Amino acid sequence: MHNFDIEKPSSVSEAVAALAAEGAQALAGGQTLIPTMKQRLAAPEKLVLLSGIEELKGISASGGKLTIGAATTHAEVAADGSYPALSALAADIGDPAVRNRGTIGGSLANNDPSADYPAAVLASNAVVNTNKRAIAADDFFVGMFETALDEGEIITSVEFPLPEAASYQKIDQPASRFALVGVFVAKGANGWRVAVTGASNEGVFRWSAAEEALNGGGSLEGMAPDADGMIDDIHGSAAYRAHLVGVLTRRAVAAA
Amino acid sequence: MISVTMTVNGKPVSGAVEGRTLLVDFLRETAGLTGTHVGCDTSQCGACTIHVNGRAVKSCTMLAAEADGAEIATIEGMANPDGSLGVIQAAFKEHHGLQCGFCTPGMVMSAASLLAENRNPSEAEIREYLEGNICRCTGYHNIVKAIQAAAAQLG
Ligand SMILES: Cc1cc2nc3c(=O)[nH]c(=O)nc-3n(C[C@H](O)[C@H](O)[C@H](O)COP(=O)(O)OP(=O)(O)OC[C@H]3O[C@@H](n4cnc5c(N)ncnc54)[C@H](O)[C@@H]3O)c2cc1C
Ligand code: FES
Ligand code: FES
Repeated sequence: MHNFDIEKPSSVSEAVAALAAEGAQALAGGQTLIPTMKQRLAAPEKLVLLSGIEELKGISASGGKLTIGAATTHAEVAADGSYPALSALAADIGDPAVRNRGTIGGSLANNDPSADYPAAVLASNAVVNTNKRAIAADDFFVGMFETALDEGEIITSVEFPLPEAASYQKIDQPASRFALVGVFVAKGANGWRVAVTGASNEGVFRWSAAEEALNGGGSLEGMAPDADGMIDDIHGSAAYRAHLVGVLTRRAVAAA
Repeated sequence: MISVTMTVNGKPVSGAVEGRTLLVDFLRETAGLTGTHVGCDTSQCGACTIHVNGRAVKSCTMLAAEADGAEIATIEGMANPDGSLGVIQAAFKEHHGLQCGFCTPGMVMSAASLLAENRNPSEAEIREYLEGNICRCTGYHNIVKAIQAAAAQLG
């Protein structure tokens, strides 16, 4: 790892100011960024630690909404339980040590195509709040490892409208425990939304054909998305992943 | 250089570190506590597992500078004050929960954190909790047995 300077701001405004410097990057739980720096795939000149910022931490429920601070760990979300499908998702990320450090904000900012949280945020129609705006889930995820965040912009919290019913079903990639395919379904004010992670080269996406079938009272039997554009690697072919999307969506709806 | 101070197994330890100094390197090289092992250095194997403020963490995936002011517990702190093996360590010995011993410090620290959260875990809960700890020798069965025995003893 190349060396870097460290800043430890205690407020969001101090963090934003520190991130304005050339080559500065935020560090939350470090469970993605530290391994990436060790591989020299990232070499920031300065790391701005978010872990000392109290206003980025904690979970609160009010008015049918659950708000989770960006620096809240996976373990804290797993233990919360006010959105059971979300807590179950958090409880299955990586392993206990990863969950004790990794944060929801870090996972969303990274937008790994096989990460779990993006599916929950997209299916729940959540809002990603940053230091300067509120971004709807439909606008937040732009592509593989790409989000709508600007340079130096930090996620402050995520707001989940609590759904009537929801479930996340995941087949683990056995070595990394990331999603080989994961499907999050949630029934909210405007009906069902179905979000798929681990499958597409473009990252998390909404499976609109399944949403239409569910909202129109149709059946999901035998449905699967097109395998074109699906991830095809040693862990699973594109056709296998497309098949799993259908299977996991049916399981998720049954379990919701 | 950045100066850091933390409490390690109840004793204060201070030192000057670089931004990139990993917590595991600070513990091994500055604090001289070489019981914590580096198996993979890629966040996969769990040999470097320690407790930070009471929670299991991979010390190869945390910066020393992030642990400034923290309470740290390592495998060296698991022994009794007279140096004899603590309950979990003794159970690993008794039930052949180790062969080469490389993964053992991390296994014991994960086991301690499991038993702090759940005094009476099922076999399935033990196996799931150890997802982030890899052992290339034992095949895990005796590790699970050792943790079951320690759980029974700790009540
Ligand atoms: C062994 C292992 C297994 C894992 N398994 C899974 C799994 O099963 N499923 C899964 O989804 N993930 C998994 N992960 C990844 C894990 O969930 C990470 O915690 C997460 O991807 C990143 O969160 P972090 O807080 O650690 O972020 P960091 O590593 O600190 O940062 C990641 C990126 O996000 C940026 N960032 C962080 N916080 C913010 C913020 N508030 N605003 C803007 N940018 C920010 C950083 O600058 C960096 O670019 C695994 C990781 C490991 C090491
Ligand atoms: S050395 Fe830290 S996880 Fe392997
Ligand atoms: S005893 Fe050798 S790696 Fe576990």
